[in-house]
Amino acid sequence: MDLEISGLGHRYGSLEVLRDITLRIPDGRIVCVIGPSGCGKSTLLRLIGGLERPTLGQVLQHGEPPAGSLNPLTYVFQDFALLPWRTVAGNVSLVLEGHPLPAGDRERRINDVLGRTRLSEFAHVFPKQLSGGMKQRVALARALSVNPAVLLMDEPLSALDGQTRELLMDDLISLWSREPFTACYVTHNLNEAVRLGHKVVVLSRRPGMIREIVDIDTSIAERTAGDAYLVTIQQRLWESMREEALSADRELAPDGSGDLA
Amino acid sequence: MSTRANPGGKPVGFRGGGFAPKPRRLVAPVLFVTLFVVWELGSRMGWITPLILPAPSEALEALRDLAASGMLWKHLSASLVRLVAGWSCGTLLGLAAGIVIGLFSLARAGFAPMVSALFPIPKIALLPLFIVWFGIGEGSKIATILFGSFFPTVIATYGGIDNVDRSLIRMGQSFNLSHAAIVRNIVLPAALPAILSGMRISASISIILLVAAEMIGAEFGIGAYVLMAGNLMATDQLLAGVAVLSILGLGVNALINRAENHFLRWRA
Repeated sequence: MDLEISGLGHRYGSLEVLRDITLRIPDGRIVCVIGPSGCGKSTLLRLIGGLERPTLGQVLQHGEPPAGSLNPLTYVFQDFALLPWRTVAGNVSLVLEGHPLPAGDRERRINDVLGRTRLSEFAHVFPKQLSGGMKQRVALARALSVNPAVLLMDEPLSALDGQTRELLMDDLISLWSREPFTACYVTHNLNEAVRLGHKVVVLSRRPGMIREIVDIDTSIAERTAGDAYLVTIQQRLWESMREEALSADRELAPDGSGDLA
Repeated sequence: MSTRANPGGKPVGFRGGGFAPKPRRLVAPVLFVTLFVVWELGSRMGWITPLILPAPSEALEALRDLAASGMLWKHLSASLVRLVAGWSCGTLLGLAAGIVIGLFSLARAGFAPMVSALFPIPKIALLPLFIVWFGIGEGSKIATILFGSFFPTVIATYGGIDNVDRSLIRMGQSFNLSHAAIVRNIVLPAALPAILSGMRISASISIILLVAAEMIGAEFGIGAYVLMAGNLMATDQLLAGVAVLSILGLGVNALINRAENHFLRWRA
């Protein structure tokens, strides 16, 4: 299933946060969206998944989600959004409970995704006992359990420390290599974008507009941290963002826009 | 590197620590026992006249007599029936009202100001009205306790719902959970700590109202017993009744602690 974003614009009252975003997220590819803080990246993601209604434009689905997909557009949040009163398995189970699944299928799905995210032995542990990286793995397992057509990832690694981030990036890469998924991956981290993205979309500062779209041809599995080609791209992306980031940093926050970023 | 302090240096003073209460099991029992021993000694030595304050041993004696005559159970059971009926109805209705106010803007706009207006009214002041409405018997006493526990529960419940982490609710919506499933699986469990602490308050309020209601018109009940003892200036019996109330309060508190330990395991 492809997603097409056409002419999307959004404003909060008099504050314009996004302007004329047109973009295609092709099946089986990871599209990374980067931009300075406060440029409307997360708003864009909420609009794509229908958590917010755009002021202008629309988001279109092309093709049908794969059979057995319980929740075609599935989010992975920066703050994990795990229920602290449910165990790891219980948190995954939560999103399956509303669906009429054949007997045993729910357990099978839970075991399968916990296995894929290497969490099987922690199935009965409460989130409080887990490190940040493990919590995000649980959130990832939960997202995978509904067989999403497109994963909408909102800075999934930004709450983690540098080392954990590297480990989780490797996990994401190996998950994708085994079974390619479609994703829109929002981040402010250029390194994540060039490691994971087939396509990197650079947004300008508020109102967010598409400044540049960079395609990266090397296969995700073959990319390494110090790859010269990636470093060049990262360098170029940073050059194009630098000025924007600098002025975005000096900008005063508008009223009531605490969670626009 | 030497571990030895350099004679020329000045050690940096410690200024951290504190603000972390630790359990000290023995302190409370020791304090209680000391207090009672001093009190008992004071009475025996004649520093405290029995009319002003009877010795703990006398109060204990009065309590033993009460138990031996079978009246303790009669008073206590009458009180417990009123307490359990009034508090559980008040809590259930309060939960329902609190959930509705917490979830629906229309209900909030209508009921929340009403709750604020009615909560501060001392329910005991309404007892004469309750007697007219519900009769002089059990009805008016149970109604007093019901209204007394209703309002704190409403406020605790919708306050708890207001403070539920919105990112969890948005997560539920992003997975297409139904409204009912979000309320059941996310909103209510997240509001449970607030609801339980509301119950702790409403239980204490209920005991206070129970005694007050029983003092106005009841044949049996701990409140009636305390009132009768007071009228006869039988201060030892009065203290015995007060001790029973105190134990009742401790018991209710212990029950709520157990409920918290069971339902809020995930917080530990």
